[in-house]
Amino acid sequence: MVTGTLAEPVRHRGLPMEEQVWSVLRSVMDPEIPVLSVVDLGIVRYVRRDGTRLRVGITPTYSGCPATEVIGRAIRDALDRNGLGEAAVDTVLSPPWTSEWLSEEGRRKLRAFGIDPPARQPAQPVTCPRCGRRNAECISEFGSTPCKAHYRCCDCLEPFDVFKCI
Amino acid sequence: MTPASSGSAVTLAPAGSRFRHVLRLADTSLVLGQRLGEWVGHAPALEEDLALANIALDLIGQARLLLTYAGELEGRGRDEDALAFLRDAPEFLNASLAEQPNGDFGQSIVRQFLLDAWQREMYEALSRSTDARLAEIAAKALKETRYHLRFSAGWLVRLGDGTAQSHARVQKALDALWRFTDELFVPDALDEQMAACGIGPDLAALRPRWERHIEAVLEEATLERPPAQRYPWHGKRGVHTEHLGHMLAQMQHLPRTFPGATW
Repeated sequence: MVTGTLAEPVRHRGLPMEEQVWSVLRSVMDPEIPVLSVVDLGIVRYVRRDGTRLRVGITPTYSGCPATEVIGRAIRDALDRNGLGEAAVDTVLSPPWTSEWLSEEGRRKLRAFGIDPPARQPAQPVTCPRCGRRNAECISEFGSTPCKAHYRCCDCLEPFDVFKCI
Repeated sequence: MTPASSGSAVTLAPAGSRFRHVLRLADTSLVLGQRLGEWVGHAPALEEDLALANIALDLIGQARLLLTYAGELEGRGRDEDALAFLRDAPEFLNASLAEQPNGDFGQSIVRQFLLDAWQREMYEALSRSTDARLAEIAAKALKETRYHLRFSAGWLVRLGDGTAQSHARVQKALDALWRFTDELFVPDALDEQMAACGIGPDLAALRPRWERHIEAVLEEATLERPPAQRYPWHGKRGVHTEHLGHMLAQMQHLPRTFPGATW
């Protein structure tokens, strides 16, 4: 019953409640890279209680990323659907998001999805996610979304996306 | 400027001045972003189409953050949409260079390069502003601007050091647009007031670094730096070239014809 589900979180004050929220957030996917959750992306800055209301702080990856608003709505919907009530989603600009916040799990998922994860050091060569060789050329620094650049593997000749390092 | 922790200086500046100062930054990003948006579907190659659209998105994203903040400073209930769509040209405070027409691809690249290099210096300085909100917007925008600058500088070198035809066309664009760069670095009373409170940078002090970068890229691009031109362009005070009104007519047409329309 719906009322039963909604009433339940009240019994989980403190940490268990927060854990529930994080587990729901791990199911909210980036609309442009659907294998990555908002937690993998590293854009969730905090989860806190403000009186009876939940507050979730998220950091946009790029100022112009159209996915930011969709993500905010998806988070509110998911928390509500899971009986955690109506949450407020805040935009946190500082410190600005960096691709270093991408989780290890996120980097692995990106590679499996055919996107080379962002470089750890600026000099690190791009790796083709299909053949694994490090012989790629940049086609354009601006790919299909603000966070990606477009490359081509010079060995297997496949074009692929690279998650930009910012 | 002093570090962002000393917040007291911010309150010394009247909100009206701070509103106009933030509007100058917001409008320059918005107008330049709208200009780049005009390229969508028309760029020379798909990659460039995507690149210009991506840069436009970043610029409009920056403008949205700045316009929202400007509306709060003004305190009259105007949000980002009201400020973007319901102001006329004389109320826009963007730098005149941003509103210049796209021309050919080379001309758009020259305009982009000059403004990217300026925005990098500007945002770098503003990231240390005593106004914490402005500082965090600038720190975010700075990361994006570095990408934009790499793109525009890269293209300027390819076109300048390319064929006789491409060289001649970007040199001509550079000669035509150079006169609008003075406005970016000559402070007026508002700029000086903002610099005195540590909110904005000393504009004249940004110039040497900007010039060093411009000169290095022009040299690689085998382009000639045009002679200095003192020209009284006052876009930042609301006095615009004829081009802005036409651009706004297109940009504002829909929300003005159907107020409050949503989809």
